[in-house]
Amino acid sequence: MVELKVNGRAYQVDVEPETPLLWALRENVGLTGTKYGCGVAQCGACTVHVDGQPVRSCSLQVGDAVGKQITTIEGLAAGATMHKVQKAWIEHDVPQCGFCQSGMIMAAVALLKEKPKPTDADIDAAITNICRCGTFQQVRAAIHDAAKA
Amino acid sequence: MKKTIEMKRRTFLVGAAAAGGGLALGLDLPFGAKVAQASAQGGPEVTAWVVIKPDDTVVIRIARSEMGQGTLTGLAQLVAEELECDWSKVTTEYPTPGQSVARKRVWGDFSTGGSRGIRESHEYVRKGGAAARTMLIQAAAGEWKVPVSECSAANSVITHAPSGRKTSYGKVAEAAAKLQPPADVPLKDPKDWKIAGKGVKRLDTVEKTNGKMIYGMDVVLPGMLNAAVKDCPVFGGKVKSFDAAKVSGMKGVKKVVKVDDSSVAVVADTWWHAKTALDALPIVWDEGPNAKVSSATIADYLKEGLDAEKAFVANKTGDSKAAIAGAAKKVEAVYAYPFQNHACMEPMNATVLYTADKCEVWTGTQNGEGAFAAAVQASELPAAKVDVHKIMLGGGFGRRGRSDYVIQAVKLAKQMPGTPIKMIWSREEDMLHGTYHPITQARMVGGLDDKGNLVGLHMRISGQSILASALPSRMGPDGRDPVTFQGLNPAGEFAFGYAIPNLTIDHAMRNTHVPPGFWRGVNVNQNCIYVECFMDELALAAGQDALAFRQKLMAKHPKNLAVLNAVAEKIGWGKPAPAGVHRGLAHFMAFGSYVAGAAEISVAKDGKEVKVHRIVGATDCGHAVNPAQIDRQVAGSFVYGLSALFMQECTVKDGRIVEQNFDTYDSMRIAQMPKVESIIMPSGGFWGGVGEPTICVAAPAVLNAYAAATGKRIRSFPLKNHGIALV
Ligand code: FES
Ligand code: FES
Repeated sequence: MVELKVNGRAYQVDVEPETPLLWALRENVGLTGTKYGCGVAQCGACTVHVDGQPVRSCSLQVGDAVGKQITTIEGLAAGATMHKVQKAWIEHDVPQCGFCQSGMIMAAVALLKEKPKPTDADIDAAITNICRCGTFQQVRAAIHDAAKA
Repeated sequence: MKKTIEMKRRTFLVGAAAAGGGLALGLDLPFGAKVAQASAQGGPEVTAWVVIKPDDTVVIRIARSEMGQGTLTGLAQLVAEELECDWSKVTTEYPTPGQSVARKRVWGDFSTGGSRGIRESHEYVRKGGAAARTMLIQAAAGEWKVPVSECSAANSVITHAPSGRKTSYGKVAEAAAKLQPPADVPLKDPKDWKIAGKGVKRLDTVEKTNGKMIYGMDVVLPGMLNAAVKDCPVFGGKVKSFDAAKVSGMKGVKKVVKVDDSSVAVVADTWWHAKTALDALPIVWDEGPNAKVSSATIADYLKEGLDAEKAFVANKTGDSKAAIAGAAKKVEAVYAYPFQNHACMEPMNATVLYTADKCEVWTGTQNGEGAFAAAVQASELPAAKVDVHKIMLGGGFGRRGRSDYVIQAVKLAKQMPGTPIKMIWSREEDMLHGTYHPITQARMVGGLDDKGNLVGLHMRISGQSILASALPSRMGPDGRDPVTFQGLNPAGEFAFGYAIPNLTIDHAMRNTHVPPGFWRGVNVNQNCIYVECFMDELALAAGQDALAFRQKLMAKHPKNLAVLNAVAEKIGWGKPAPAGVHRGLAHFMAFGSYVAGAAEISVAKDGKEVKVHRIVGATDCGHAVNPAQIDRQVAGSFVYGLSALFMQECTVKDGRIVEQNFDTYDSMRIAQMPKVESIIMPSGGFWGGVGEPTICVAAPAVLNAYAAATGKRIRSFPLKNHGIALV
């Protein structure tokens, strides 16, 4: 049993400490918004925040997340109020299939925390997620809009 | 702690009236048999396509699959347009293939591929909406005891003009549902559209931004176990033996299962436990006769086809051989295109609950009825005891049209009756067991006269046929595969866009043991590169401008010419480009649409780095149901196509695919994204596809710009094999 702090709540989960955080979140905590796309830190679909930093949860062991604040896509909104990045995503109709978008949004939120007014170069450097549907043009526009909000 | 997602179970009462509804497969009565029944969401079904709840919510039924391409929203717009309903009250639901079969296929074809989602069903879904409107008006008129002709509907409100009375759809839906549908209904002229044809927002966005959208991989059923599976890495190989005892004591493991001749699965409490145990499971494979095949042996086999005597001829005018022999100048080039995996963002998966008298499947599929048929076959249960619940797809691109993973999951669940099993492929399994973009080569030979006119062209394709592997029943009577000739035919929805006096286009079929499949754009991708790059090679040899050279051959193809001219103008063809920037063009016809692209690129590091600044993409798809979504399909397809051009190849070694994850099979990132400018120019009178056609022009436009920038013509792909990177 380990205790994980996810979206402000404590969860007792019965997993081995070397389990990837991604699978503990999906299968043990029951939050499926965080996605599996590659398992090898390539695609970013599994991005969550650990103590405010964007992390590829497929490549972080649960043991290393114990005691830290984990935020997933489900914990982004403040109650009924969506995060400004989510709002911008809706405004720009960003998602196509949507499977990469939880990770994409988590990466964008982290970028805006770091750089509230990111340049295109900042976006290029920070957003390294794969989107097979090719939503990048809308992603970029939505990040710039969220920065204005 | 585990959250059980309650899957919507739609229970339909299929009444006796359904049988008498006259619903043959021809779908001449698209709005369906009159069956008094309710949607799972509550409210009466007015027609098979439309359910209206008392609170005026309109539930539109969608038979095709949403996989990101926007079809769900587009089809709903078409129904809503004819229904004259309030768009803000529209929601959608998927009927199941089992329900459809029980109602004599009232919802028609479920398959979503070939960019056919909208263009092949627009007429009957619109009629489904129009019939519902007619019935709702009739119900209101009946209640008011006034002539139908004095009533009209708009925005979900029915008005009787002479008396000023009004009522809403929700109030009369119950009565409307009891009426007989009209025998036929006229449809609106697209120029009068108010909802269709507009760039309305997608209906599925919010849940895709808050983590609530359920994909196949997210399905949770009570008591469910998880399975990881491994199929023999060599296509055509088999399982010889495995040592279950080595892993059965591992944490969470419930069972080690031989799924079929070629695959083994571990079933465990969680997928992570299942995968961990599967990785530790000793498996001995009988790799079979293909274990020696490599990319090099396949390439040699295809090369031989370039000169083969025998070939299927698809397009022939005049005598290309004589014309080329007598030409002032002969130009020749050989191109080669690799195997590629779809690499959908969400790896293949399916969840199955099998009991002795029921088999239910939850999965993301592009072909609901195909998955249904596969489940019937694999479960060996009668069709009435099987159903498939379609779940949102994390990408399809053609891969999820094949039901191999559904069959596997059913065979697996069958060995554990009563327990729901969620089977997920790892990314590695997904890469090793794709249905690959087929491998082909092409020899292009052209003859120019002394004025630089193209007098003869021979295009010989050698390579794999998709249909021979995927759908042999659709092959031509002589064994040809018409799909190979996409974009090269004399006429039809994949017509060649040039008039060349002496022309031969033929195919020497050379099939391999690597299973091919439909990959977004299909053979159009290879063919457009071959034709459009070679056109630039010919123009160069003729000393002519690439656009002018093409235009001379396109007088009989005004729609192709219109899209080509549109991109040329927008990119600034003929005008000076910014310093260091070079341009390239391409056009094609595919899936019933006319498409063209123009790119601006610059190169660095001696041509080893390419920056694509802009791509203009034009499409004439006849009718544009949602221009905002078409714009996204154009940009998205360019990402898919340019990733393939620069980065992606599935190589074969020892009979198996080498690249197993995104580290060796890369995909474009945002930093590499060019600015995409779409020109949507529907000329009316026909319905072309949207999701796939434009993809094919990005690669040749960039390659032509690359040749302009460097003087180097690249003829084999991906570009990473030449040390060329997209930056
Ligand atoms: S699943 Fe973690 S980066 Fe791809
Ligand atoms: S929206 Fe489909 S992968 Fe990004």
